[in-house]
Amino acid sequence: MSDKSLKTFRIAVLLIVAVIMVVTGLDFYNHRNYRETVVKGPAVVSVKKLSDYYAPMKGSVNDTNVYILDSGIPGGTGLIIGGTHPEEPSANLGAEIIMENAKLDSGKLIVVLRANKSASMVTRPGDAYPMYYEIPTNWGVKKYRMGDRWSSPLDSWPDPEVYVNYPSGQLLAYMDVRNFNRTWPGRTDGLITEKTSYAFIELIKKEKVDIFIDFHEAELEYPVISTIVAHQDAADIAAMSSMMLTATEFKIGMEFSPPSLHGLSHREVGDHSDAVSLLFETPEPFLDRVRGKTDVRLLLEGRDEFVMKAGEAGLLYEKIDENGWPIATRVARQVATTQMVLDTWSDFNPDKEIRMVNLPSYSELKDNGVGKYLKDPSSVSKEDLYYE
Amino acid sequence: MDAINWIVNLCYYLLSAFVAFVLIRNIFKSKKAQEIILYSVMLIPFILRVIHIK
Repeated sequence: MSDKSLKTFRIAVLLIVAVIMVVTGLDFYNHRNYRETVVKGPAVVSVKKLSDYYAPMKGSVNDTNVYILDSGIPGGTGLIIGGTHPEEPSANLGAEIIMENAKLDSGKLIVVLRANKSASMVTRPGDAYPMYYEIPTNWGVKKYRMGDRWSSPLDSWPDPEVYVNYPSGQLLAYMDVRNFNRTWPGRTDGLITEKTSYAFIELIKKEKVDIFIDFHEAELEYPVISTIVAHQDAADIAAMSSMMLTATEFKIGMEFSPPSLHGLSHREVGDHSDAVSLLFETPEPFLDRVRGKTDVRLLLEGRDEFVMKAGEAGLLYEKIDENGWPIATRVARQVATTQMVLDTWSDFNPDKEIRMVNLPSYSELKDNGVGKYLKDPSSVSKEDLYYE
Repeated sequence: MDAINWIVNLCYYLLSAFVAFVLIRNIFKSKKAQEIILYSVMLIPFILRVIHIK
């Protein structure tokens, strides 16, 4: 090749590479900067930021919205967080349905939809994760970011060789320094995920939270599934809720938070604050290692022949059939379990009641779908819109 | 820990920028078409890292 044609060739190759870089780069950029619009619910009296409770979070990627629902009638205070692991969509969707629809007869409720926003701004392309998912509603489709289990490496890098949880000193896997459910109770000089946990502990202390609930989903191969994991101080509430739900709505278990397993919210929130802590797990076949095609259909319908095969071989801890585990069923379980737990809390603590009403029942949500209970952003004024 | 992490992070980005620079230099020095394509493809992840996209 002559020098002149080599020069032309170089320019042509670099131009092609630049186009590839822009196209792929835009996908990543748009996903990271996509904002979900939510509508302020009827009981929301104010919307704060996480940095209102711990100033160093201001301007950081995890300075998330904190929705305050208040009845104006004295009672207890509850905190519900979704989006701890953004690859578990029933968590943020369940929290959103509660925030957008719930009314309170007594007490105060604080709801966070995207507790670890950084983790919702990155997916796992190596595992073929989709970048978005859409929920059909009566007014169109609502689009959400699909996220990952861990905070984005763009916000927290590098990981240590081994993650040492503070203050327990427990050794955990290196990437769990970016796992929001391994960094509790957090620390001020840690990385962004540890700081986020610390900020939430400050929120819990400053708002005098009595009961804390963390929404999750789990693979069917994992034994902690379809259950309420409870700190020992919340054992009575979890046990009663589990019995009532199993008798009336759906089967859900109750497990104690292991005292020596550190970094998880059900352990550390109970140990490091006055709040009792609980964590809910619903089944999400999308997370199973033995799954087949990893796509939005599997994420939202929860149907997979390979996971079913594993079930037939007795390798799963939850049942699955050809109906799968649709997103509506999973969100319905989160909402119904919250309703039952708060009712039980209120029955056990009449001086600290948190009476939540106006939410769809388990069967209504399961039958009508999630979209029916998501509010139309175009139907309200701009002041009532918030962005996640 | 925060400060040490920030320094390592900065070094990582400087290293990525340096590798990107070396690859670009090789693209312009090389006389072989196959090498030019190879270096150009290798350049993509380094550039995306340096500009904080991926």
